[in-house]
Amino acid sequence: MKRIFIIILFLILPAKAFALIEVDITRGNLNPLPIAVSPLSIDENSRQNFQKILKKKNIGIEISAVVEKNLKTSGLFNPLNKDAFLQEPDIANLKPRFEDWNLIKAQALITGKVNFVDDKLRVEFRLWDVLAGKEMMALAFTTVPNNWRRVGHIITDKVYERLTGEKGYFDTRIIYVAEEGPKTRRVKKLAIMDQDGENNKFLTLGNELVLTPRFNPTSQMVTYLSYFRNLPRVYLLDIETGMQEVVGDFPGMTFAPRFSPDGKKIIMSFAKDGNSDIYTMDLENRIVEKITNHPSIDTSPSYSPDGKYICFNSDRSGYQQIYIMKKDGSNVKRISFGRGLYGTPVWSPRGDLIAFTKLHKGKFYIGVMRTDGSGERLLTENFYQEAPSWSPNGRVLIFYRETKTNDKGEGFSAKLWSIDLTGYNERLVTTPTDASDPSWSSLLSN
Amino acid sequence: MNKSLLISSVLHLILIIITAMSLPFLAKKPIDLPPIVSVELIQITDKTNIPFAPKAKKTIEKIKEKEKKLVSEQAPPKKVKKIKPDSVPMPEDKVKKVEKIKEDKQNPEKIDNEVKQVSEFEKKELFDPNNIAALIDKSKIETSETNKKTDKVTQDQQKNLENTGLSLSEEDALKAQIFGCWSIPLGLPYNENLLVRIKLQLNPDGTVSQSEILDHARMNKPGQGFYKVLAESALRAVKLCQPLRVPTTGYERWKELQLNFDAREMLEG
Repeated sequence: MKRIFIIILFLILPAKAFALIEVDITRGNLNPLPIAVSPLSIDENSRQNFQKILKKKNIGIEISAVVEKNLKTSGLFNPLNKDAFLQEPDIANLKPRFEDWNLIKAQALITGKVNFVDDKLRVEFRLWDVLAGKEMMALAFTTVPNNWRRVGHIITDKVYERLTGEKGYFDTRIIYVAEEGPKTRRVKKLAIMDQDGENNKFLTLGNELVLTPRFNPTSQMVTYLSYFRNLPRVYLLDIETGMQEVVGDFPGMTFAPRFSPDGKKIIMSFAKDGNSDIYTMDLENRIVEKITNHPSIDTSPSYSPDGKYICFNSDRSGYQQIYIMKKDGSNVKRISFGRGLYGTPVWSPRGDLIAFTKLHKGKFYIGVMRTDGSGERLLTENFYQEAPSWSPNGRVLIFYRETKTNDKGEGFSAKLWSIDLTGYNERLVTTPTDASDPSWSSLLSN
Repeated sequence: MNKSLLISSVLHLILIIITAMSLPFLAKKPIDLPPIVSVELIQITDKTNIPFAPKAKKTIEKIKEKEKKLVSEQAPPKKVKKIKPDSVPMPEDKVKKVEKIKEDKQNPEKIDNEVKQVSEFEKKELFDPNNIAALIDKSKIETSETNKKTDKVTQDQQKNLENTGLSLSEEDALKAQIFGCWSIPLGLPYNENLLVRIKLQLNPDGTVSQSEILDHARMNKPGQGFYKVLAESALRAVKLCQPLRVPTTGYERWKELQLNFDAREMLEG
């Protein structure tokens, strides 16, 4: 009995002695993280070699400028002005003087160096935690010199992932429909570019009308809709090889072919016997399967990232609303209940949200809601905007926005815009021509 | 004709009366409802920080007694009592009195009374800097004594605070400071259990002498990338916020502090 009492006493006493004061920190600031991107150092010999090949005076500065621009557009980082840097790039790369970087309020620092090795570009970079005074990451890449922009994007992806906890979206491309000419006689071409608007290329000549290009989530394949002799035709295009393939001709109105998450199927809607329903097509055996069977108009299907569910829009309730169902078409459930019309639902690659376009009182909104329809948030409002497409990390949406024409029919333009989930970081994505129907690729470096 | 006219005028009259009677009802203003005052109920703490009343009473009485003693030390009433009011004051006595005062320079009241009778020269002597210094020294001793006594009072409060943690205002000040320093990594998933607990050893000026992540092992486990990012951001916040806004007193109470960083509320939006 005495022993038990002593044991209990020993158990209780330390608990009393170590009673710590606990403070719960449940809020923080959402200000962009101050980060210093020191220009990548380069020796004179390498600098001259790269200047001959790439026609760039200092490739180290160019790469760091790509990183800096990427970080700034993300809205999560605040790259500090290089004029305030106290340490030279070559010394900073060896051993940063953290007091100097602390002085300009940098919380993170990127340093690195570029070398010309066997006609190739070799880039080393390091990420430093200025406040802790330690190295967070060090990586090196070797590639052909022409890939220097991609190196900048890959560095940004690595830094972004290390500091935010989620994968980046910078080493990606965007495919879209480039538009030229007056509104009544629009020439539409398929075009592709890097996510920052650089390296723009046209993939079709503009002889035929092209619509709704969509990336394959697993590879660099694109499916899109084109009209051949006034009949909609679904194409497959390999970006790397440029090879194009007809998947099939479909009767009536056909909309928005989209890949399944494994890339083996295409899901789309088309009208048969005057009724629009959702169909899938197996790309191996070309078997078409009907998923919905309802007298209403069912369109814009999009798979969940695990491939088990499909979201789509339908007017079966009298108004166009968003529904989800199992991949075989069973268990149809309406999830949008707000005022207005809902369309173009797209499931986030993270699986937690569905992006949509909403029309209410003559205004168009891009918004997101949880997969059960709760937590609807409208991110942006405008005269006309639609077709959101997710960045591969499910954090940013790209969409297109059209401007109002005046009485003479002038002033029309269509541009690509991006917005992140906070709704504050809205940016114009520069394209050489007018643009619509964007689709974001998965990470190229995966 | 007259009959119908009469009926018509009577009916009209009734109509006018009804209208006159009913119109004020229409003109009545809608009931003004007082605006709804929202009241937020705040859970403070189960235990009060104020010391238990009977104890406080005792300690206050003790202080009062000691204060009395202090006063008596400053101006011993016995000496005053010795002076016989009936006796005629002799010049010699007066001189003796002044001498006594010179010796007993701790009593300003007495000096004040006698100043009228002494010369300017003597006045200067009375206010010589050494005496003032002595007075200040004495006052210092007194204040330190009273501080000791008040310390005794706050010891009870401290015991209470040790059990209940920081007071609401102290905790709020610290929270507000760290809120400003903590840049939340926005890429973290809101639906995962990501709670980072950091134990801090603090210096009396609020600077951090040591910080330790309590679930440190989790940082290097595979698949815990989000936890690592959150933990690092929390450490950055602590470093950036130094010196922490801690209370000016009771160092023993808060020299060890645990901060629980939880970003779920913010990430959910």
